[in-house]
Order: sequence, then structure tokens, then C-alpha cells
Amino acid sequence: MSMKTLKIEELSKNFGTTEVLRKINLEIDEGNFLVLLGPSGCGKSTLLNIIAGLETINEGNVFIDDYNVSKVEPKDRNIAMVFQSYALYPSMNVKENMIFGLKQAKTSKEKIEEQLQKVSTFLQVDKLLERKPSQLSGGQRQRVAIGRALVREPRIFLFDEPLSNLDAKLRVEMRREIKKLHQQLKTTVVYVTHDQTEAMSLGTKIAIMNHGVIQQNDTPEIIYNKPSNTFVADFIGSPSMNLIQGKIIQNSNNISFIAEGSTFGVPINNYDFKDKSDLNNKEIYFGIRPEHIYFKKLNEDDFDVNLRADLSEYIGHEQIVTLDYSNQEILAKFPSTIKIELEKEMKLYFDLKHISLFDLNTKERL
Amino acid sequence: MQDNLQSSSYKELEQKSKFTNMFLRWFLYFILILFASYFIFPLYVMVVTSLKTMEEIRQGTLLTWPSSLNFDSWLVAWGGRGYGAGDTFLRPYFWNSIKMVVPAVFFSTFIGAMTGYVLTKWRFKGDQWVFLFLLFGCFIPFQAILLPMARTLGTLGISNSVVGLVLVHTVYGIPFTTLFFRNYYISVPTELVKAARIDGAGFFKIFFKILLPISAPIIVVTVIWQFTQIWNDFLFGSTFSFGEAAPIQVALNNMVLSSTSVKEYNVDMASAIIAGIPTLIVYVLAGKYFIRGLTSGAVKG
Repeated sequence: MSMKTLKIEELSKNFGTTEVLRKINLEIDEGNFLVLLGPSGCGKSTLLNIIAGLETINEGNVFIDDYNVSKVEPKDRNIAMVFQSYALYPSMNVKENMIFGLKQAKTSKEKIEEQLQKVSTFLQVDKLLERKPSQLSGGQRQRVAIGRALVREPRIFLFDEPLSNLDAKLRVEMRREIKKLHQQLKTTVVYVTHDQTEAMSLGTKIAIMNHGVIQQNDTPEIIYNKPSNTFVADFIGSPSMNLIQGKIIQNSNNISFIAEGSTFGVPINNYDFKDKSDLNNKEIYFGIRPEHIYFKKLNEDDFDVNLRADLSEYIGHEQIVTLDYSNQEILAKFPSTIKIELEKEMKLYFDLKHISLFDLNTKERL
Repeated sequence: MQDNLQSSSYKELEQKSKFTNMFLRWFLYFILILFASYFIFPLYVMVVTSLKTMEEIRQGTLLTWPSSLNFDSWLVAWGGRGYGAGDTFLRPYFWNSIKMVVPAVFFSTFIGAMTGYVLTKWRFKGDQWVFLFLLFGCFIPFQAILLPMARTLGTLGISNSVVGLVLVHTVYGIPFTTLFFRNYYISVPTELVKAARIDGAGFFKIFFKILLPISAPIIVVTVIWQFTQIWNDFLFGSTFSFGEAAPIQVALNNMVLSSTSVKEYNVDMASAIIAGIPTLIVYVLAGKYFIRGLTSGAVKG
């Protein structure tokens, strides 16, 4: 068994009677970028604080390099953290901010100087060393905060929503810089965010959390294409996946989906069922992403269907069209060059290679 | 035609609003000046009276400027007349007050800062209750603690001493100072403390290196508040001290009330001003920060 840089085992946490985390299991290999993604209040920040040692654990263990650090002080865990508010010490200048940790650790003067030199040049803050945090722009503060983490050469970097205080343009820039940083330094990262674009673009692995439970932990591709339950399906993608209620009709060799109140069946023979038994009459959600509904046939087995367009929202490069699928509202994404006639039926194509089916009761992927 | 009509009526409206604005402005100045004089008036009377001789005062012209600037009454108020028994003057009591107010302000501010720090950054189970009880301290009337405090001071052997008054004022100040610092530190992001913990700083290091350096505004507020409270206090001073250990406000009272012969209004006024000057100085020096500290919201990192 290879060594895991970070391993979390059966971890539970509650604040009083509120359960915040329930039986969390996680593993990260060296050099991976794990994103903890979820809506606010899902426990992702608590989990990060636990990894950092800033919160206590009720049950379970945290291992760093196979060493149980559950009761180890934050400073001795060999981690560094970048905070949402940057948390730069307001009374210290950039240099003092960056070397504060090394000084606490009684690092030699030469080593401190060397590390400071290296990191500040690398992050292009070497011209700002004498400035106070209040004299820096948002992006510069962000860089200094990352620099403060870097100088300590930690085993694991923890990021707590580091971009959410920046404006939209800067956020995209800094996102790219963090990605670049990770590619160059090949460090192990745990990154908390509620922004799915950030998660998708940065993570080598994404753990989606809700109500203190990890819903799915996989690569961004699998999370997008094969969400393991309706929560993940709904959370990822913008607009999110259409979930059409209905049931499965199975006869001899044919499996099809019939939406509630609809008369026609959608063939789902080629769907990769986990378990093919007992499918007939099963109540399900038929999940298809707005971007997988086409206005012209692209693949041989695209399923054509006539739907009425009720509303079109122009958002620049594309438009989001609200359609009526036997009294269930679904969304589709088309290029904005297509002219949509409202209140009229139009022929559209479902890409059946990209559908997801979920049990209506358990909400789990079939 | 229509346009002309409209533009002319706009002009009229403009004239009208100009006039109203001017009128309101002058009215506002008038009111402000009126209120300002209302407040400055007693001070004026005090200063003027203290500079007059008794003959001038007896003539009954309260508001007139003194015929000559006569600082004798100030000298008497500060240093006495130089004869033995019964000569009460402020100098020794002024120093009593300084000896009382400096340590009391220092300790109550420091302890308040610490408690505020713990209550916001090192939360523990039941910390809201601790805070609530501390708040009660702000609302307990001074009179209610006189007897228990007298016994406590007696037991400790520091009744009728400056040390005793320092203790009383420190203890009574803690609820207020804690309230100030808690409300200030609650707006300081807790992430600062987390970052410092990861960097390896402990409880005291975080307090002295991270939080205290950014607390200047609230320290100023607290110091002004405590200084004013303690310097101007009469009740504790008169209850827990007498004779030589009394603070200046008690001495002032003794001086003004116990004069056996003729009432010397000029000396009384000079004494009252002397007793009030230190607070005035503190306000003048730090008043700017006082407003800033009271209104400052979140600390920008």
C-alpha cells in the first residue's frame, strides 16, 4: 500500500447537537488537487479546519503521510493555509507577514532570507516587501497570502475559498495563477469552494459535499458526466441538469422512459445500468443537461422530440430556452444565432449518450 | 412658446429655492450658535469669576470681563495660603488622583482587552453567559456595591488608600472595557487568529503581536472613557477614602463646602477648573481618535 499524503478516516464532527460532518472518508495522493465543493453550510470549511487542526474531532482520524495527526497542533502538522479574507496581519508589512511563521519556528536568519527571496520573486511580490497589507490591491494581497503559505514549504496547502473576495475578472486571473502554481510546484492541495467553475477548472479530484456527507468524490469529468445522485446532477452545471419525472417501461428487449403525462417513450436501451433487474415500472428521474439538447441532429442515435419553446434568455454567446416537456419545464442551451419562435413546437434532439437516470425515491444513479 | 414659458418658470423656481436654501442655512447657523453659547456660558462665567477679585465679584456683575487679570485665586486653589491648619488646597489631592487614575486606567483597559480577546477569539462553552454577567456589571448602580466593597477593602487592608481606589475603579471598569474591546474584536476576522495559530503563535503572542497593534482606536476610546469616569468619580472617592488619601474631586468638595469664613467664589471657580483640566486635555489630545474609534467598523486587513 502506497503512502497517502492525506487520509481521513470515518471522521465525524458535531457542534452541540448539530451534526456537521458524518463519517467522512477521503484520501489524497501526493501532488493531487482536491476540491471540496458544496453549498454553504455543507461542512466543507469545517472539514478543512479539521485538517488544519483548528477544529477538534469528535470521531475518526486524520493522517498526514500515514502519521496520525488528530491530536497534533496546527503548527506541527506541516500544513499551510490561505484564507478567504487573506488574514494578512494588518500591523505587519509584507515581509514580516511572510516570515512570521518561520520566525516562530526559530528558523535560521539565512534560511529565512533565502526562502523570502525565492518565494517573493516567484510570486512577483519582491517589490512590495515593505508595504502594509492595507496598501495592496486585492490580487496582491492574495499573492502575499499564498507567499506566506509557500515560504513554509508545507506538505499540504489548504485553501479556504481564496477567490470569493475578488471581483469577477480578477477571480478568473487568480484562478489561472493558482492552477499554474500547482502545475509548477506539484504540491498537494485541498481547496474549498462553493463555485463549481473553480472546482472544475482547478481540481484533479472533486469531493462534492452536502449536509456533512460526501456525495461523490471523483475526477471533474466523471462528476460532470456521471453524477452519482440527483444532488450532484443538480449542483454541477449551469443551468443545471434537467430532471424529468417519469417511469421505465420494459418489454422483451426494449427499455424506454415515459415522462409523466407524456405519450411517447424515449429509448434507453443503451444506457449503462448498474443493475438491469427489476426495471419495469420503476419511477425515475430522466436527467439530461441543457447543453445535450440539440437543435439539429448531430449523432446517429440522437432522439428527436417536438417541444414547445416558452421563453428565451439571451446571455451573449448563447441563449437558454425554456421548453415544455409534457407540462414539465426543461431548459436547453443553444447558440444565440439560432432564431427561436416562442409558443411554437420545434423539433429537438436528445443526445442519449449523455443522459443520467436516477431512482425517484433514493435519488441515486441507476 | 411652450419652451419659453417653461424655462421662465424654472428660473422662478430656481430663485425661490435659492432663497429658501439661504434662509434655512442662516437659521441653522443661528440655532447652532445659540446652543453653542448655551454650553460655553458656564465655562465663561467660571473663568471670568476665577480671575476677579472678591470686591469685583461682590459688585454682582456676573458677566463682565475682569478689570485686571488676577491669578491669585488660582495660586491659592493650587497651593494654599501658606498658613497651617485648615488650609485646604488641591495640589496633594491632584497627585492622589493622578496616582489613582493612571494605574486604574491602565489595568482596567488591559484586562478589558484581554477579556474581549478571549470572548471573541477563544470562544468556550458558556462564554455568552460570562459576557452577559459582565454586562450586568455595567448596569449595577454604584451605590449598590458600596458596602460589600468597603468590607472587601477592609479585609484586604487597603481601605482609605490610593491602592484601594485603584482596585475599586479597575474592577468597576472591567465590564465597560470588556464591552468595548469585545465589540471591537468581534469585527476583526477570526481568520487572523487561525493564520497565526498555523504560523505557530500562541495565545499571548497572537494578542500582543497581532491584535494589540491594531487596537489603537478602541484603546483610545477606552482610555478616554475610563479616565473621565475615574477622574470625575466622587462617590467611590468620598466613600473609600478621607483625609490625605482623597482624590481631587473629594478635596474640591471639602474645599468649597468647608470654608469657615467668607465664601471665596474666585478660588472655588479656579479649583473647579483645575479639577476639570486633565479630562479636558485628554479630550483635546485624543478626541479625534475617540470619534474615529466609536464609528470605526470592520478592520480592513
